[in-house]
Amino acid sequence: MIDAIMFAVLLLLGFGFGQLSEKRHYRSIIRREKELQPIVVVGSKHPPTGEKFRQVLVVGNVVVASDYFKSFVASLVNIFGGRVRTYEPLLDRGRREALLRVKEQAHALGALQVFNIKYETSRIGGRVTTIEVLAYGTALLDSTLTTEPAMHSGSDEMSASAPLSIAN
Amino acid sequence: MIITSLEYLPGMTVQRHLGLVQGSSVRSKHAGRDIMAGLKSIFGGELVGYTELLHESREEAVERLIQQAKSIEANAILNVRFSTSSIASGAAEIFVYGAAVQVANES
Repeated sequence: MIDAIMFAVLLLLGFGFGQLSEKRHYRSIIRREKELQPIVVVGSKHPPTGEKFRQVLVVGNVVVASDYFKSFVASLVNIFGGRVRTYEPLLDRGRREALLRVKEQAHALGALQVFNIKYETSRIGGRVTTIEVLAYGTALLDSTLTTEPAMHSGSDEMSASAPLSIAN
Repeated sequence: MIITSLEYLPGMTVQRHLGLVQGSSVRSKHAGRDIMAGLKSIFGGELVGYTELLHESREEAVERLIQQAKSIEANAILNVRFSTSSIASGAAEIFVYGAAVQVANES
């Protein structure tokens, strides 16, 4: 009996807070995507030749969890198979957030282009589905810039997104 | 040390290829953080503890990559790739590799 109550409470909590945090996250993603629109991120491996650039590796990662309710719904869908709609926003949020962190770093370095962007997604253990998304690419900086850009990213939600300190 | 995910450096030429260099790091968070992350995951959203853990781990792997490249007198690492594998719940291995080269400015 107590188990059943606990389960119902977890489901309710997951549903309520999960919806809330997802909505908030999407609002933040959409706002920051607009702000960072001038930064071009492409998958091409071939930067324009003829010009000199300084290249810096930019990396963005994020760990996002689905919630208890969505994981439960997904486990039900799994029985019958088919499209698991409750996980789609999770992956979408993870990818967009990771890319935004890459863009924020590029912006902090003063770069307007990021080349050869790669994504990587991995599952993190636990009862509730949790994923990590990593995005990385090469930011091209004008080589005439002599001042070392501040190693600081403009993220308002995260402190861990400082660039890997490997600027040459 | 220039680190890039591209295959070449515009305006520079590769003079010597020194082979593959790599760095890896396995980390896990202490139990307290794991329990907190477990609770947080019920409600969904970002698990900052894990994000930080993986970020630090990646920095360490890159640091080792650079050390290895330095020891063979490379001045750039091209075509850098990351790879992640979860070994147990709460522990992950981060692996980073690339091609160590000596580059010089085009005259």
